[in-house]
Amino acid sequence: MKTVVSVKLIKRRARIKAVIIGSLCILLILAAVLSDFLMPHDPNATSALLIRKPPSAMYPFGTDSFGRCVFSRVLAGAKTTIFATTFLVAVTFAIGTILGIISGYYGGITDSVIMRTTELFLAFPQMVVAIAVAGILGGGLSAALIALGVTAWTGYAKLARSHTLSIRNENYIAAARLAGLSGWQIILRHILPNILFPLITNALTQIGTTMIGISGLSFLGLGVIPPQAEWGSMISESRAYIQLAPWSVLYPAAATVLTIMLFNYLGDAVMELGAAERRS
Amino acid sequence: MSLIPLLLALSFFSFLLLDMAPGDPAEKKLAAQGIAVSREVIEAERIRMGLDRPFLLRYLSWLISALHGDLGISYKDSLPVAAKLVTGLKMTCRLAGFSLLLALMISVPVSILCAVRQGSVFDHIARIFSFAGNSIPNFLISILLMYLLCIRFKLFPVIAGDSLTGLFLPVISLAIPMAGRFIRQFRAEMISQLEMDYVTGIRARGVKEMAVLFSNVFRNCLGHMITVIGLSLGTLMGGSVVIETIFRWSGIGKLVMDSITARDYPTVQGFVLLMGTLYLLIGLVTDLIFVFLDPRVELKV
Repeated sequence: MKTVVSVKLIKRRARIKAVIIGSLCILLILAAVLSDFLMPHDPNATSALLIRKPPSAMYPFGTDSFGRCVFSRVLAGAKTTIFATTFLVAVTFAIGTILGIISGYYGGITDSVIMRTTELFLAFPQMVVAIAVAGILGGGLSAALIALGVTAWTGYAKLARSHTLSIRNENYIAAARLAGLSGWQIILRHILPNILFPLITNALTQIGTTMIGISGLSFLGLGVIPPQAEWGSMISESRAYIQLAPWSVLYPAAATVLTIMLFNYLGDAVMELGAAERRS
Repeated sequence: MSLIPLLLALSFFSFLLLDMAPGDPAEKKLAAQGIAVSREVIEAERIRMGLDRPFLLRYLSWLISALHGDLGISYKDSLPVAAKLVTGLKMTCRLAGFSLLLALMISVPVSILCAVRQGSVFDHIARIFSFAGNSIPNFLISILLMYLLCIRFKLFPVIAGDSLTGLFLPVISLAIPMAGRFIRQFRAEMISQLEMDYVTGIRARGVKEMAVLFSNVFRNCLGHMITVIGLSLGTLMGGSVVIETIFRWSGIGKLVMDSITARDYPTVQGFVLLMGTLYLLIGLVTDLIFVFLDPRVELKV
């Protein structure tokens, strides 16, 4: 039998959970921002004398097959991964949200044009498009981001449109229109603030997916260009030596999994919080 | 949106891909074949490839031959692209089919049990598995499996190629994240169905719990499940590129990666066109099944 828990308690639990996970995520982002100061060694400095050394006090995660410090590279990789992900999620979120709100608010031909375009991009398998675009553009992080971004904005556009539609006939919108506010003013002052929470929740759940996409492309050699450190490409570089130097694969792998789990958990926690808030 | 305009847009996008590649196509083709290039050779090749014609005209003639099953000639070995893709697709279908089957065999019973015993230890374990499956990139799962099963415990050969034992690890690597996603979605749908009023009504009439579960609740979830499966096939197509490259399974995903490395752009273009078309057709089929399962939904084509 299910125990009866009061709504208040559920809300408090959800809030505490979101705060804890949120602070862990901020800590991780801080580590990425400050990675230049936290690195004990230059992540790109190679050394013929230090090839595939096991973890030690000097090199906490050991060295890879070029004699580079794995710990420093994992930190440098955090910067690459987290910055690239945040950038991509922010840009696709902004583009998708603006298009979705315009579509929902103005309706008519504008709506059909934007929505048909959205459905068009939504109809293609994302990773297939990303691999082909990144492959043909010839690799590099910016090519990978374009490749993933081509289809990533569509989800935000659909969500923003449906939320805009649900509030656009409310009285306060009509009042704002009667007060003589222009369309843009209404969108910025009245629509956006009211639909922002579910949209941001959705964006948070996309962080993990985006990280998987970026590291997948890098693993295939379609992301960052070596020697730039990125977890996916580090794993790909070292995987041939997994027997000789398992640490050079396992540490970046652990970093990838933990980071993605943390951000996915953040998305879940914020979603739970939203559900709990709505219930009261 | 209906199928024909989407297919046209897909074909236009695929055609555009070739022009997106940096550099001149004729030069790239010759470079890919390792021919020394002089200005005259490039000019002759440009005319032979029809690159002196306007863009739209080139698109139309490409589209007409694509409709006849001719996707051009590979830059690398001058074989027809369509034949290479079909050979790869057969291998990929074998891989994808087994992975989908395994993922369903895990996720359907697990999600039913989770929904019925919501909040139990089993439910928690299944949710952790599902969360982990959602968070671990498939290339990591396969490297981990390879490290543990092939190197540590020597249960499988590291490179098994296209044999039946070679199928085992790639199938598991593709099935684990998919099962994770399925459990999450199926479980949520089962729970929301179980909370509906009609379930209480049927139970009140004294229908056995098993009958309620399978002939009502599960049946009502089927449409949703088919949609989730259809959508996940797009992820599966992308995932198979990674997995086939790691395990050297000679499917369409490995073919496209080899083509990208060799700058064999027509094969990449054909890959996008073929996978996009398949994905659109899968979407249509899942919509049809949905209508078939739920007569309330009307078909719009």
